[in-house]
Amino acid sequence: MLFLRPLAMLLPALASALIAATALAADLPALVAGLTTGGFGDRETAIGAMAASGEQRAAPILEALAAGQLYVRKSDNLVLIGKPDGNQLALTEAISGKPAGSGSEAELDRVRVNNRLRGVIEAAVGSLTLMSPDAKVRREAAEALFKRRDASSLAALDAALAAEKDPRIKRAMSEARAASVLASDAPPPQKLDAIALVRERADRDSLGVLEATANSATDPEVKAAAGAGAGAVRQTLAAWEAAQNVWYGISLGSVLLLAAIGLAITFGTMGVINMAHGEMVMLGAYTTFVVQDIIRTSAPHLFDASLLIALPLAFVVAGGIGILIERGIIRFLYGRPLDTLLATWGLSLVLQQAVRSIFGSSNREVGAPSWMSGAFQVGQINVTYGRLWIVVFSLIVFAALILLLRKTPLGLYMRAVTQNRPMASAMGIRTPRVDALTFGLGSGIAGLAGVALSQIDNVSPNLGQGYIIDSFMVVVFGGVGNLFGTLIGALTLGVVNKFLEPYAGAVLGKILVLVFIILFIQRRPRGLFALKGRSVE
Amino acid sequence: MITRFLWQGMDRSLRIFILLVLAIGVALPLLNQLTPPGSAFHVPAWLMQLMGKYLCYALLALAVDLVWGFCGILSLGHGAFFALGGYCMGMYLMRQIGSRGVYGNPLLPDFMVFLNYKELPWFWYGFNHFWFAMIMVVVIPSLLALALGWFAFRSRVTGVYLSIITQAMTFALMLAFFRNDMGLGGNNGMTDFKEILGFSVQADGTRAVLYFASAVALALGLIVSAAVVGSRFGKALTAVRDAESRMRFLGYRVEGYKLFVFVLSAAMAGIAGALYVPQVGIINPSEFSPANSIEAVLWVAVGGRGTLIGPVIGAFIVNFGKTWLTGALPEVWLFALGALFIVVTLLLPKGVVGLWGQIKARSQAKKARAPA
Repeated sequence: MLFLRPLAMLLPALASALIAATALAADLPALVAGLTTGGFGDRETAIGAMAASGEQRAAPILEALAAGQLYVRKSDNLVLIGKPDGNQLALTEAISGKPAGSGSEAELDRVRVNNRLRGVIEAAVGSLTLMSPDAKVRREAAEALFKRRDASSLAALDAALAAEKDPRIKRAMSEARAASVLASDAPPPQKLDAIALVRERADRDSLGVLEATANSATDPEVKAAAGAGAGAVRQTLAAWEAAQNVWYGISLGSVLLLAAIGLAITFGTMGVINMAHGEMVMLGAYTTFVVQDIIRTSAPHLFDASLLIALPLAFVVAGGIGILIERGIIRFLYGRPLDTLLATWGLSLVLQQAVRSIFGSSNREVGAPSWMSGAFQVGQINVTYGRLWIVVFSLIVFAALILLLRKTPLGLYMRAVTQNRPMASAMGIRTPRVDALTFGLGSGIAGLAGVALSQIDNVSPNLGQGYIIDSFMVVVFGGVGNLFGTLIGALTLGVVNKFLEPYAGAVLGKILVLVFIILFIQRRPRGLFALKGRSVE
Repeated sequence: MITRFLWQGMDRSLRIFILLVLAIGVALPLLNQLTPPGSAFHVPAWLMQLMGKYLCYALLALAVDLVWGFCGILSLGHGAFFALGGYCMGMYLMRQIGSRGVYGNPLLPDFMVFLNYKELPWFWYGFNHFWFAMIMVVVIPSLLALALGWFAFRSRVTGVYLSIITQAMTFALMLAFFRNDMGLGGNNGMTDFKEILGFSVQADGTRAVLYFASAVALALGLIVSAAVVGSRFGKALTAVRDAESRMRFLGYRVEGYKLFVFVLSAAMAGIAGALYVPQVGIINPSEFSPANSIEAVLWVAVGGRGTLIGPVIGAFIVNFGKTWLTGALPEVWLFALGALFIVVTLLLPKGVVGLWGQIKARSQAKKARAPA
């Protein structure tokens, strides 16, 4: 830090000059000339003067200097900025910013800098950009200065703060100022105020500032306040981390929910073990791929709507195949659950191989529409749009299913048939038809899940295999025949999995969850939310 | 005397079948060893090795049948017991390599040297002794079966729930064995075996002995299973399969019956795995994959569940088909396998062995209808 002292002493005087920058505008050529002549000490002074000038061109010139791209032409002593362009250098006039053709390094003298100067330049550029007309640049400059926490930027920050109108940028600047105060030799009361301000920021960078202050401060009061502040920030950070894990867990849970919810219908309410359920998910994902493929070749402008188009199609494809399976195989096996399990397992092999024969065994690429890419911050949680939409989608599907079962005639028939088949039949409900539709519904929902999963998983013939055991675990854990149990089960398992991961690693975490469920089923063989009454047996 | 008692307890067809297994067990190695290559009767080593593999599969199928066909417990995790037995044998064979490994470490197997292990993990101690490894082949699968069965049967987890739990068990074990930290070879497993009891595993003579041992193990498995199934205990077992609650109300301790047969079956599967590993020369975590266990169930279903001959025949039929199809038409194999699952459950609930009975029953029904 010592080497910055001269600059630090210079800056207060220059800061006032910043505001009256226009007065100095005419001196830019002189300032630039100062940069290219004399020893390193002179250059340092010149850099300070440049920074103080507030000139538009000052920042690019200084940046070029730091990058070693500032040259003086041997023939006419013109100062140029040279960017590498093949073997040549693309030249621009430093002062006017006009292009000046190209040249080779042999015709030019590079203006030399050393590491110390680079540090000075960086601080100078930081304070220059603080005055930039672009709000984003100003904000970034404030953030950069916060991370640098350099006493020498204080003056520039003070000047910028006085001129700043935007309250958010003002906030960022005062935080940067506080960090700079903590790095300077300001009196303790000022430092205590600064600690309070930094502490409120409560993120990883502020933790760094406070920890550094706690380590280096000589005043005991400041040391204690910084230590306490760091502790508080650490706690806040831990809370945010937990919140982030909860979000990841909910995100994983929503994927599990999507995969398991169709199974909750076929297994939970019909008692049919459908080992080909994962393949229904896979078919949904391949439907998405086909839809996107057609859109790419024939109607590219519809690409953003591709998933919305794929949704009903995936439902119809998977649901239709589900009805065929029920009519063709499963209806002959009612009352023989173990045989159903084996037959549907065989079916899953056939479906996998069929898809492999048609589409090949390699992964197929399914693109994300623009509204599903990108991310945003909530506090310190990073939320990607893709994951957010999957959570929302799974909840929509869940709600729609509940409505269907409770409020429509089909739902009424389904519940009647699962609760008491002979009685429902006697009341005139065509039970075979209801069976087929129920199975089709469960499979169709698996198809919908496939559309969503195509966004986060590899679309390959093995896609479904990875979900089948997890889905069964969710359904069994939540309680067979209970949709809300499935919801709670999926979210619980998702969150538990994500909390175990940092301690046990992904694979061991998964094993622990499986063992946990196996033990859990011993305690409560009917799951978390067991159905009571006659429908149990 | 005991053998005579056992022998007389079996029906004729089973006796003939056991003798057949033993005869093939003796004949193939003899033909391989005594006839010169090129002779019409010469059995090539690869065929013997293949048949040896099938014999191990048949023993695994028999183990599955014992719990499924006779006690109604559909285990989708028997591959785990098979693989555990195989891993015990693999650990013994790894220790036999000694300093002949790539890294030449006298104590640590190659993969441990590669993963920077400094000393042998505690669970590897003892596996340099053949007798210890052979005890573990039986003990470890049995212990796992005991723990799982004790929990599951006591809290009356039955039917498909049990199937799914066993499947989750083998899946969890597969994930665990894939980890390098397990100290059991990670995803590469164990291979490059050199010798067993001082004989090279590559030599034809050793192969012939291993093959013979597999045939004997299968014959013994059949005899033990027949003894269990034919006894009063076996009758109770079948009753548990058909009407579990009624047996419970009659005062039988259903859990005890199930637990015994489950552990016995796991031990048989472990032995099958132990014989399998030296013949194929490798053991890795994919043996734990749930698909393998379900395939074993298919062998039983194809052959005929609830019979002792059925699973053996089923294992041979399906695996011959697999060997032939994966070689000739690899695309078709999964279609065929999948279709087999469906066809067998829909049309052949009693399997190939029951086919004759099914045909006879149909023709009798036709005859009975004809005069009317």
